[in-house]
Amino acid sequence: MFRNQYDTDVTTWSPAGRLFQVEYAMEAVKQGSAAIGLRSKTHVVLGCVNKANSELSSHQKKIFKVDDHIGVAIAGLTADGRVLSRYMRNECINYSFTYDSPLPVGRLVVQLADKAQVCTQRSWKRPYGVGLLVAGLDESGAHLYYNCPSGNYFEYQAFAIGSRSQAAKTYLERRFESFRDTTRDDLVKDALMAIRETLQGETLKSSVCTVAVVGVGEPFHVLDQGTVQQMIDAFEIVAEQEGPAAEPDVDSGQEASAEPEPEQGAAAGEGVAPMDI
Amino acid sequence: MTKQQANWSPYDNNGGSCVAIAGADYCVIAADTRMSTGYNILTREYSKICKLADKCVMASSGFQADVRALQKQLAARHLIYQHQHNKQMSCPAMAQLLSNTLYYKRFFPYYSFNVLGGLDNEGKGCVLTYDAVGSYEKVGYSSQGSGSTLIMPFLDNQLKSPSPLLLPAQDAVTPLVEAEAIDLVKTVFASASERDIYTGDKLELVIINAAGIRREYMELRKD
Repeated sequence: MFRNQYDTDVTTWSPAGRLFQVEYAMEAVKQGSAAIGLRSKTHVVLGCVNKANSELSSHQKKIFKVDDHIGVAIAGLTADGRVLSRYMRNECINYSFTYDSPLPVGRLVVQLADKAQVCTQRSWKRPYGVGLLVAGLDESGAHLYYNCPSGNYFEYQAFAIGSRSQAAKTYLERRFESFRDTTRDDLVKDALMAIRETLQGETLKSSVCTVAVVGVGEPFHVLDQGTVQQMIDAFEIVAEQEGPAAEPDVDSGQEASAEPEPEQGAAAGEGVAPMDI
Repeated sequence: MTKQQANWSPYDNNGGSCVAIAGADYCVIAADTRMSTGYNILTREYSKICKLADKCVMASSGFQADVRALQKQLAARHLIYQHQHNKQMSCPAMAQLLSNTLYYKRFFPYYSFNVLGGLDNEGKGCVLTYDAVGSYEKVGYSSQGSGSTLIMPFLDNQLKSPSPLLLPAQDAVTPLVEAEAIDLVKTVFASASERDIYTGDKLELVIINAAGIRREYMELRKD
């Protein structure tokens, strides 16, 4: 899209019935580094690529814990994302305080969407420049939603946003039918594979990505780097075997020991600061 | 024309007693489980003790509806703290928060007499005692509630807490070992139950030390 005379204010329609400022806000999401989400019947996994401004700086935090049962990954203007996370956390706390039960995910995303819509209909505001992948668990099961700057929201089985997310989406489209009934660990593995697709050639290491899980009996938490690296190593070995098919003996030996997958599931009761995200 | 008197009070006293004792590396917080109103018992199994943070526990007697509201407020504030700081609140931090929360309602107070117990940042036991509007003090031991007039003098006799006016300043921590402190608490409640009608039924003890938190119960007089 190119600059035109209808894109100065968010409150100006174009003759074709478009709000260009809102669409430009969605462009901002596409510029951010990738974030992906996928869900099974009992778990939801969020992953994102850690992009640092320079070698000297640290990377921005893109995954936020909102409550024990909800977490969010963002892409786009991270400052806007932080502010929206704070709003979501507040809403969860207030709901728990009033009703003594966790805020259903579907309600939260609607509130978030309505908040975003307000910014598309005020001349003194601008749309939020961030896309949110909201992962949560409630009485009706595991959910993954995508909230856009336009105020729309959609529920997904799996989704990817941000730069080079199309590669991840292609991978997810191929595999999503198996996600519903897959195990938690396989879901995390699929998330890592999807992240790898967005890296396009760069090696997948735990320092380059962040993964978080929420599930039945497992409050939302970010997996620590050690665990992530272990999982990467486990499936990288398997991936390597598929390449050189000329070494069957070595392969079978490695395959037997390639699946340690120890206690990632027990991460829930670790006793580290519960908000260690 | 005489001044109009209130025909209704927003407060009630549900009775009960709370005690806390701090040790070198532990803290014992205890409260009875009887909830009363007037001369009646509402229930024999109501916990007055609430875990606010990993190493911080509060016992409150007074009007339990206000106590519950206060506990919920502190829990919500603690969640916000955790979101912002990525860690649990320390006992001294929670102590200040409790004081501020109480004073916030200085002109319509929480009818809640609190005792906060836990481990401070160095792992030493700490006990803080409050009045209904947030005035607090770090002490080696304390009691609040209907039985406190019976319990406190006995604790003073046994624990000889150094006065805060002494110079050089002395440690506000008792010389007792954990098992001795627990025993003392049990004795003290058994005695209070004899003469205070609002104290009795069951004693709930919470013991915090480096290993974590554990709970113990002891039967008290039911009359």
